[in-house]
Amino acid sequence: MSKIHVSTSINGDAVEYLCDPSETLLDVLRNRVGLTGAKEGCGSGDCGACSVELDGRLVCSCLVLAAEAEGKEVSTVEGMADGEKLHVLQQKILDHAALQCGVCTPGILVAAKALLEKNPDPTETEVRYWLAGNLCRCTGYDKIIRAVMDAAAEMRGA
Amino acid sequence: MRFESPDTIEQAVELLNTCDGISRLLAGGTDVLVQLRLALVEPDLIVDIKNIAGMRNITAEDGGFRIGAAVSGAEMGEHEGLVALWPGVVEAMELVGSTQVQGRATLAGNLCNASPAADSVPAMVVANAVARIVGPNGTRDCPVIDIPVGPSKTSLAKGEVITSIYLPARPDNSGDAYLRFIPRTEMDIAVSSAGVNLTIDSAGVVTQAQVSLGAVAPTVLVVDDAAKAIIGTKLDDDAISALQAACSAACNPIDDKRGTVEFRTKTAGVMAKRAALIAYSRAGGSK
Ligand SMILES: Cc1cc2nc3c(=O)[nH]c(=O)nc-3n(C[C@H](O)[C@H](O)[C@H](O)COP(=O)(O)OP(=O)(O)OC[C@H]3O[C@@H](n4cnc5c(N)ncnc54)[C@H](O)[C@@H]3O)c2cc1C
Ligand code: FES
Ligand code: FES
Repeated sequence: MSKIHVSTSINGDAVEYLCDPSETLLDVLRNRVGLTGAKEGCGSGDCGACSVELDGRLVCSCLVLAAEAEGKEVSTVEGMADGEKLHVLQQKILDHAALQCGVCTPGILVAAKALLEKNPDPTETEVRYWLAGNLCRCTGYDKIIRAVMDAAAEMRGA
Repeated sequence: MRFESPDTIEQAVELLNTCDGISRLLAGGTDVLVQLRLALVEPDLIVDIKNIAGMRNITAEDGGFRIGAAVSGAEMGEHEGLVALWPGVVEAMELVGSTQVQGRATLAGNLCNASPAADSVPAMVVANAVARIVGPNGTRDCPVIDIPVGPSKTSLAKGEVITSIYLPARPDNSGDAYLRFIPRTEMDIAVSSAGVNLTIDSAGVVTQAQVSLGAVAPTVLVVDDAAKAIIGTKLDDDAISALQAACSAACNPIDDKRGTVEFRTKTAGVMAKRAALIAYSRAGGSK
């Protein structure tokens, strides 16, 4: 099978890769680019563990073909921290103990960041609906919601 | 499998038309990628339509809106003019999947996937939406109602691509609404659903109406008897009961783990009743 050459931008860095036509963006991030933050929970768009932003739009990377990233901008959880300094959302997830196994956490972080960029002052209901496509089998969600609300408040203050 | 991302619609049609094996168009991919993953389809050719000029635009036209085939549900929800004109169509599309799915899923993809439970389809049908199709023999317009012909089957011929969906202008004092029943609050497929579009006069009397049902037959149903039951009324209790009964009578659903025949038949009527009341209030009617 002939490979496709893709030039894209990932977390602000120019990246090139060769991929198979049927490979997903998630496969390429994890297996070819070495960014294993995005996780595969289901591979069918149901769990959100693979969430990334594509040209500023929150998507499931398991539902994007790697070839589609040509000329686009991809943002993953690896781009959130500023060097050693965690993003407010990352710090709040830790402070609120809003993770156990952590498989859902990268997807939740990317999704919550996308929400707060669009709506810096969401209600709890808005947070819950926005994150409805991010499944967590450990925490029962409540601490995640508290962490996101707290991060939103801090980011508004800052 | 070959992946192509042409810049023009002519190239896309040519690619599809000259492919001897199985081909698939790729819009948002939220159905196609799942089907690839489950090996439900093993295409020889995938044609991405998102880089074709105009496919990502929502444009005002003759008092209505033309929605490019690669416009996502999220983009529809962010378009104030479209939300104001056809709130029922936008709310139907916004029920599709999660925020992530919304970032990619399209109206035309929802239509062409031809699921009996596709959420945007009953809403588009009552809105008299028209698909613009480009194929090997040129361009044609086709009412959305005539596109799905059965589960996973459409009336599109080989090489044909929907380039946009047109939602027409509407008279003053009109409203539309779409509702579905699902056992959860989010992320589920409709057990039954209903779309209603109506117009009222200055006295609050319904002057024209369309009623459709989803997930209760192999394709979307248009229920003329339900529309007749409310035309000429102010949506009084008798009219609403007659609409509900007409909807339940029209159902021909399957029995599966999501809902029995009896349950789907009953809830379809209830969804239609509630959607009619929402559409009425959006049209400016008060009860
Ligand atoms: C987690 C999840 C939840 C979902 N929830 C819902 C839901 O609640 N309600 C619902 O209705 N659906 C749901 N879906 C299904 C899907 O998201 C929708 O059907 C969506 O609208 C499909 O649009 P798309 O652009 O992603 O289509 P694609 O996957 O790109 O295409 C779907 C089909 O249409 C064809 N096609 C696409 N564009 C065109 C065109 N312009 N002309 C001709 N043919 C075309 C493709 O070849 C393919 O056969 C869900 C999917 C997922 C993964
Ligand atoms: S792995 Fe993509 S949504 Fe589950
Ligand atoms: S912490 Fe384990 S899935 Fe969320």
